[in-house]
Amino acid sequence: MTKSMTDVICPFCGTLCDDLEISLSDDGKKILDVYNACAIGAEKFLHSQAKDRITRPRLQQADGTWKEISYDEAAEYAAQMLSKAKKPIMYGWSSTNCEAQSVGHEIAEMVGACVDNTAAVCHGTTLIAVQDIGLPSCTLGEIKNRADRVIFWGCNPAHAHPRHMSRYSWVPRGFFTGKGHKSRKLVVVDPRVTDTAKLADIHLQIEQGRDYELLNALRVALNEEWLPDTVAGIPKEKIREVAEVLKSGRFGIIFFGMGVTQTLSKNHNIDEAIALTKHLNEFTKYSIMPMRGHYNVTGSGEVLAWQFGFPYSVDLTRGFARYNPGDTSTIDLLSRGEADAVFVIASDPGAHFPISCVRQISKLPSVCIDPHMTPTAGVCKLHVPVAFVGVETGGNAYRMDNVPIDMRKVVDAPEGMLTDEEFLTKIRDRVKKLKGAA
Amino acid sequence: MSEYIIKNGHVFDPVQGIKGDKSDVAIKDGKIVKDTEVSSKAKVIDAKGKTVMAGAVEVHAHIAGPKVNMGRIYRPEDKLFTYTPKKGNLRMGGGFSIPTTFKTGYEYAKMGYTTCMEAAMPPLFSRHTHEEMRDTPIIDEGAYPVFGNNWFVMEYLKNNEIENTAAYCAWLLRATKGYAIKLVNPGGTEAWGWGLNCLTIHDPVPYFDITPAQIIKGLIDANERLGLPHSIHIHPNSLGTPGNYTITLDTLKLAEGVKAKNKFGREQVMHLTHTQFHSYGGENWGNFESKAKEVMDYVNKNKNITIDTGNVTLDETTTMTADGPFEHHLTELNHLKWANIDVELETGSGLVPYIYSPNISVCAIQWSIGLELALMAKDPMRCFITTDHPNAGPFIRYPRIMKWLMSDKARQDQLKAFKNSDKVIAASTLASLDKEMSLYEIAMMTRAGPAKSLGLSNMYGGLKPGMDADVVVYDLNPDKIGDPEEIEKAFSLASHVFKTGVEVVKNGEVVNNGNKRTLWVNAKVQENAQVMRDINEKFLKYYSVKQANYESLGHHFVPNPYAIEVDAT
Ligand code: SF4
Ligand SMILES: [Zn+2]
Repeated sequence: MTKSMTDVICPFCGTLCDDLEISLSDDGKKILDVYNACAIGAEKFLHSQAKDRITRPRLQQADGTWKEISYDEAAEYAAQMLSKAKKPIMYGWSSTNCEAQSVGHEIAEMVGACVDNTAAVCHGTTLIAVQDIGLPSCTLGEIKNRADRVIFWGCNPAHAHPRHMSRYSWVPRGFFTGKGHKSRKLVVVDPRVTDTAKLADIHLQIEQGRDYELLNALRVALNEEWLPDTVAGIPKEKIREVAEVLKSGRFGIIFFGMGVTQTLSKNHNIDEAIALTKHLNEFTKYSIMPMRGHYNVTGSGEVLAWQFGFPYSVDLTRGFARYNPGDTSTIDLLSRGEADAVFVIASDPGAHFPISCVRQISKLPSVCIDPHMTPTAGVCKLHVPVAFVGVETGGNAYRMDNVPIDMRKVVDAPEGMLTDEEFLTKIRDRVKKLKGAA
Repeated sequence: MSEYIIKNGHVFDPVQGIKGDKSDVAIKDGKIVKDTEVSSKAKVIDAKGKTVMAGAVEVHAHIAGPKVNMGRIYRPEDKLFTYTPKKGNLRMGGGFSIPTTFKTGYEYAKMGYTTCMEAAMPPLFSRHTHEEMRDTPIIDEGAYPVFGNNWFVMEYLKNNEIENTAAYCAWLLRATKGYAIKLVNPGGTEAWGWGLNCLTIHDPVPYFDITPAQIIKGLIDANERLGLPHSIHIHPNSLGTPGNYTITLDTLKLAEGVKAKNKFGREQVMHLTHTQFHSYGGENWGNFESKAKEVMDYVNKNKNITIDTGNVTLDETTTMTADGPFEHHLTELNHLKWANIDVELETGSGLVPYIYSPNISVCAIQWSIGLELALMAKDPMRCFITTDHPNAGPFIRYPRIMKWLMSDKARQDQLKAFKNSDKVIAASTLASLDKEMSLYEIAMMTRAGPAKSLGLSNMYGGLKPGMDADVVVYDLNPDKIGDPEEIEKAFSLASHVFKTGVEVVKNGEVVNNGNKRTLWVNAKVQENAQVMRDINEKFLKYYSVKQANYESLGHHFVPNPYAIEVDAT
C-alpha cells in the first residue's frame, strides 16, 4: 500500500499547476511517483530525493575545497557579511515562498541592501512598460472560460510552460468555450517554427527583432490605414487578415515571453503590445499577460511592492527605498563594481548573468542559498543548502496571473536541514543584534 | 498589561451621550474600565484642554489586495518625496495615494484610526489581501469579499433561491476569511467580461438572465437570513456618470420595507458607499450638477440605510475599483494608464490615475457634492466620512475634510479659490449651507456610526467601560477653536492613541507596532448538500485552481484572527 497526496502544487514554472498527485512510500518519507505534472515538474520532485544531496552549509576554502559548517556558523557568516557591507546585493527570491521573501526584506531593510529578483533578466522590461502604459489583464480561468482568440508572442509554452495550453489557454473547455481548442483561434508570432507554432491556426514567422514594427502594423490595420507591402517580413495582406481575426473575437488574450521582452526595443515592444491590447478593447474584449518563468517571481514582485512600493531592483541603502532600473539593478551594480557583498537566494545568476558579473561575484564576499549545487553556489564563498520549497515545506506563491496559491509540504527534508525561512530568520535575529536594534 | 488614566479631557462619546464634558477615561487590560478600577500605578495622561474620542473606524477604503498592489507596482511616481525611513522597530514606508502596507498602518494610527475595512476583496485573491493586511501594523482590519458578479450568486438568484445564496455566502466568507457582503456594479462587471456593462438596475446581465435589481434584492435577503454583523455594502450601477442619481434612488428603494435581523445592534439593511459618486445630475459633463439633496432627502427618511460620503480631496490620486467597465470609461476620458484585472467566476477590477484639479469645474463640483451629503445628513449616526480611499482622495486627508465640515469659512474660502468659482457655486447648494458640524457629530460620523453599521458597537466607536480601549487624545481645545487650520492639524497628528490598551502613538509619532487583529465572520448554516455539490462542480469545471487550494488558512495569512460567530442554522 502506498500513500498518496492530491492537489499538490508544482514549484517549478509560473504556470503553478495545483493538481498534482504524488504517491509516497508507506512511511510517507519517500516520493515514489508524480502524476499530472509535466516532465520538468515531475523531475523537480524526484530530484529532491537524490541520494548525493548536500545537507549542510559549506565554506569554500582557499584551495577550492569545501568545509562543512553548522547552520549557526553559516548564519553568523552571512549576518556579519551583510552588516559590514556598504552596498550588499540580495538577489534572487523567485524560487522560494513569500514567507521567506518577507523575512529577507526585513534583513535588507536593516542592513541597507539592494533587493532584486530575476525579473531583472526576464520581465523587468515588462514592468517598465506597465509603469508607462498600464496592463489590461485577467486571471487564467477567464481565458479558460471565455477566450476565443489566443496569441502567443515570442514565447514557446510547449517547452517553457508545458501544461499552460492544456490547463488554461488552448485545450480546456470552459463555461463559454465548450468546444475546447475548437472554440479558439491560435496565433503564434515567432521567428522559429516552434512546437507551439506548429499548433497554430496562424503562425506569423516574423523577422528576428522586428516585434515593435509588427505590433504597430497591427494597430495600423485595426484603423484600416495605409501599410507598406511587408512589415517585419510579413505581407500586408496577412497583417490585415490577422487584425481581422483578432478584432472578430469575443474575448482575446495576448501572452508574451522573453522573445519580446529581451530582444531589440525591449520595454518599447511591450509598450506597443499593451497599446495593441488597449486598442483592441475599443472593438471587443482583450487582455494581455506576461509568461512569467520562475514559479514565484511574481510573488517576489508583489511582496516587494506592498512592503517597499516597487516590484524589483529596490535600493534600500539610503534607509529608504529607491527604484531606478539601470542604476539600482543587480547586473548594473555588479558591472559598475559598486556592490561589496552578494547574497543570492533561490535563483542562479551564475548561469544567467553576463560572465563579467559572475566574475565580480566570485571576487566578493558572497553567500548562496540553494538546495542544489549550482553554478552560482560554485563561485560563492558560502553555500547553504536548504529544504526544497513546495516539496519539503509549503508557503505562498503567486502564479503568473498574480493568483496566490499556498503550496504544500509533501515530505520531510533530510534530518536537520533548514528551510529558507528558518535560515533567514536566524540571519535576521543575528543582524538585529549586530545592528543594535531592540 | 499597563493601566492608564486619561484625565480632564473634553470627552466626545456618542455611545454614552457625552458631548465634550470634562471626564476621565481609564484603561486596563486592553479594555475601557471605570476610573475607580485602575490602580494607583496607572499612568496618568493629562488631557486638559484636549479632545478625547474613541479610536476612529474606517468603513470603506482600498488598502490591501491585488488592485491596490497593482497601483503600487505601476505607479513608481506615487512614491516621490513621500518616503519615511526605518526607525527602531518601525518599518520604512512610502507612497501617497497607495502607500506601502506599513505606512498605511502608521498613517491611520497617527490620525487616531484604529479599525479599518478593506472595501473589495476578490475571493480568489483573499490570500493576497490577507498577506497585505498582516503587514499593515496596529489597526484591526477586515475585508469585504465581492459578491455582486459572482456566478453562484447569479445562478441561485435567477431562481430566487435565497437559502442557497445564503449558504454559499457563508461558505465564501469562511473560505476567504471575509467580513461582509460587498456588491460592486452588480452584473456590470460580469458584463465587462465581454466588454459590456449594466447601466441601470434593470439591464439584464449577458447570458445569466438576471438583472442587477434581482442580485441586490436577493443579497439583502440572504444577508438578513444569515443575520450578519454588517448589511450588504453596495457600490451601485453607473458610478461616476452624469444623471446617475436616479439609478442610486432606484437602488436604495430595493431596501424598502426590509427590516434588519441580527444580534449585533445593526439597524440598516443596506450600506450605500461613496455616495458622492452616485449623486450626479445633468446629462453630460458640461451641464453636470449636484443631486445630493435628492439622494439625502431619501436617505434621511429611510432609517434602514446607512451611507458613506466618498469626499473628493482635490489631489492627484489613483482610482481603483471592482467596477471594471468604469475604469475603462475613465481611461478613455483622461488617457492615463489603465490596468484591468478580470477574475474568473467572481469579479473584476480596474485602475486609472486621476487628478482632481481645482481648476476643473467637474472636480470642484464633485468636491462640493461630497460635503453637501455630510452637511445634509439629519442623522450623523447613519452617514460616515470616507474618501473611498484612494478613489476620491487619499485617507490622510480625513483631517482636512473634518475641517471643511466644521468650518463654513474654510468651505467658502475653497469655493472662492476655484478657477470657475461661479459655475461651481451654481452647480450645488454648498455655498448656502452654513452648518458647522460639532466634534460630537464628527465622533458620530467617524466612530460610533460606522461601528454600529458594522455590527461592532460592542467593541468599537465608544468609551463605555467594557469596550476595547481604542482611545485618542487630540490637541484641540473645543472651547477655543480659532483658525479652522487648527482642526486639520490636531486631527492629523494625535497626541496619544491607544489600540486595545497599548499606546501606539505619542505626540504624533508612532511608538509601537501594536497587536493587529484580522476580523472575519464565521456564519454557521445548516448543511446544504446542493450548494456543496455546486461548489465542487464549479471548481472541477471552471476555476483554474482546485477547491482544496482555495481557502485562506493559517498563521501566514491570518496570524491573529478575531472571528465573529453567527449562528444561522
Ligand atoms: S507546467 Fe510548470 S507548473 Fe505545471 S507541472 Fe509543468 S513545470 Fe510544473
Ligand atoms: Zn470603494
